[in-house]
Amino acid sequence: MQNLRYARQNETVGTTTETGQDGGPNTIMQAQTDVAEPAPMPGDTSNTREIAIDARKISKIYRGEDEVRALDNVSVRIRRNEFFTLLGPSGCGKTTLLRVIAGFEPPTSGQLWLNGKDISRLPPNKRPVNTVFQNYALFPHMSVANNIKFGLEMLGKPKAEINQTVEEMLTLVQMQAMKARRTSEISGGQQQRVALARALAPKPEVLLLDEPLSALDLKLRKEMQMELKRLQHETGITFIFVTHDQEEALTMSDRIAVMSAGKILQIGSPQEIYQRPAERFVANFIGESNFLDARLSGGSVTLKAGGTFPVENPANVADGDVSVLLRPEHAFLSDAEDALPARVETVVYSGEATSMHTRLEQSGEPVKLRLANAPTGSGMPEEGAQVRIGIQPGALSVLKD
Amino acid sequence: MAERAPFSVQTIPGFAAIAIFTFVAIYTPLVILVAFSFNAGDSLAIWEGFSLKWYYRAAANEQVQSAAIRSLYLAGISASVATVAATMAALATTRTRHFPGKTMIYALINQPLMIPEIVTAVALLIVFAWVKVATGHTSMIYLIAAHTAFCIPFAYLPIRARLETMDDTLEKAAADLYAGRWQVFRRITLPMMMPGIIAGLMLAFVISMDDVVITEFVKSAGQDTLPTYMLGQLRRVVTPEINAISTVVVFAGAFLVTIFFWVSSNRR
Ligand SMILES: Nc1ncnc2c1ncn2[C@@H]1O[C@H](COP(=O)(O)OP(=O)(O)OP(=O)(O)O)[C@@H](O)[C@H]1O
Ligand SMILES: [Mg+2]
Repeated sequence: MQNLRYARQNETVGTTTETGQDGGPNTIMQAQTDVAEPAPMPGDTSNTREIAIDARKISKIYRGEDEVRALDNVSVRIRRNEFFTLLGPSGCGKTTLLRVIAGFEPPTSGQLWLNGKDISRLPPNKRPVNTVFQNYALFPHMSVANNIKFGLEMLGKPKAEINQTVEEMLTLVQMQAMKARRTSEISGGQQQRVALARALAPKPEVLLLDEPLSALDLKLRKEMQMELKRLQHETGITFIFVTHDQEEALTMSDRIAVMSAGKILQIGSPQEIYQRPAERFVANFIGESNFLDARLSGGSVTLKAGGTFPVENPANVADGDVSVLLRPEHAFLSDAEDALPARVETVVYSGEATSMHTRLEQSGEPVKLRLANAPTGSGMPEEGAQVRIGIQPGALSVLKD
Repeated sequence: MAERAPFSVQTIPGFAAIAIFTFVAIYTPLVILVAFSFNAGDSLAIWEGFSLKWYYRAAANEQVQSAAIRSLYLAGISASVATVAATMAALATTRTRHFPGKTMIYALINQPLMIPEIVTAVALLIVFAWVKVATGHTSMIYLIAAHTAFCIPFAYLPIRARLETMDDTLEKAAADLYAGRWQVFRRITLPMMMPGIIAGLMLAFVISMDDVVITEFVKSAGQDTLPTYMLGQLRRVVTPEINAISTVVVFAGAFLVTIFFWVSSNRR
């Protein structure tokens, strides 16, 4: 089911890397990458030197009473100094992927490369990768400072350097005042910062964060989101972040991978994922959606509800009967002749916007609109009113489902 | 009318009476034993005034001294060896992936708790008698081996309980932070399981100190421990000297347990 556009882009990646580098230790790896089917990476024109994590066709099967395919042929390349987010519903394999990258679980098949080296067989303590655990996993029998010190001691760093780094880290996460406390004597948010400092102190190549904010209340959560972005910026470390909160993913990430049932469905920037989801699952998981039946031909669709519109086709779906996505905020009330006639069913006022549920006259499909409220607070049609719905240029996008 | 309280055992009629009766039943004999250790006369039934003479007499008794030292020595060595073995057994049955026979090993470790002591004692008597004849060797090694063996399941229980409640993500976190296997064990697993190990050690020590049946069957001549010495005395003349020895043992035990709780609550 791999689509043309991905294939085309990988060709370009291949050529850039071939011409971009002459010999060197990376050549062998590129040769292999080109032989093995390369990972899909929309919008990626980077060369291999910028890749931190390169997961190749990783599968993980848990064998218990019944087999669980927690990861199903997952391929993904994560760039250096990228804030990369794994997003998906519970049980889709996010934690499993992190555990494979950290080295806690060997993959059933597939390879894991880090900065051009195959690390698939290395134990966790030999990988320059650190984890911020979901429950923080701070050592309860050690002070805050000793928790942060632990990784540096294990690496056998000189004492002076250790002490200096610990001080830096304490300052970075603003925990100077509490360095002598036991980890059971600090608040949840503070524990989270210590866990972060402990994982950052050894300056790993990649930092893995498994829903680190899920235990915090909303206000602290927003603060920590900003703080995480700042830390990532200041340290230059690659962050792989797991969440099932779509808003968190959209606000924080450079790129997002949407996962479902052990597979990566789509990888892209927050804008790409939101505006141009490749399939219905992705569109549904992020934001609110209208799905409209249509007929695709060339670069445009003819809606069942009437009208022909130019359309984006991120997944290169073949011509024929398709579903297209229309986000509620990209539809508006219009007087134009070619706008789609509809009947208003419900109107819900919610402060800064009004949600309007309508039904298209010609196709009988429901369409939800999200309309900005005017300062005067008037001018919205009543329930049962006849309206016409316009669609913003470029709003429609074909789904693969 | 007050609100109806949620169910509590305290609301059962006679709860207080039963509780008081139970404590009285448990502690009255002990109180009497302690009281008569201070008796000035040599009767266990007729009070003749307060005196410490039985304590002086017990302390001066060379047989008591050597039995006490032998008991401490035996319990010290046996409990320590048993605790080390139990720690390894607990690690092997909780910190490993499932392997065939794991449940069986678990059952085998605990089985001695179920076997009547007298059966074990007779079995050991037969085997050790045979070994003693064959080798001519009669040192404390037989007692140490026997005590170590029956102490292992007692030491194992609290250690395993502790390990099972310990979150293994701490060990994962340590491995993630570049600790090798041995470092993970020494820096994380061992300190975290220490309260369990101390509890296991104390339990094993007390069990060994307390043992009569197996010791009686295994010991060679001149290898009396405090309990077997006391048993031997009871067969002859009974004086409050026995009470004095018992009182010291009871308070030493209570002292140890108090120290243990104090240490373990200070750790947290
Ligand atoms: N040790 C294990 N043994 C067997 N199955 C497992 C194991 N760990 C995870 N699974 C299964 O693998 C699948 C993926 O689990 P995973 O923990 O990666 O999900 P997740 O995406 O992190 O979910 P959540 O958002 O709830 O944390 C699930 O179906 C889960 O039941
Ligand atoms: Mg998870």
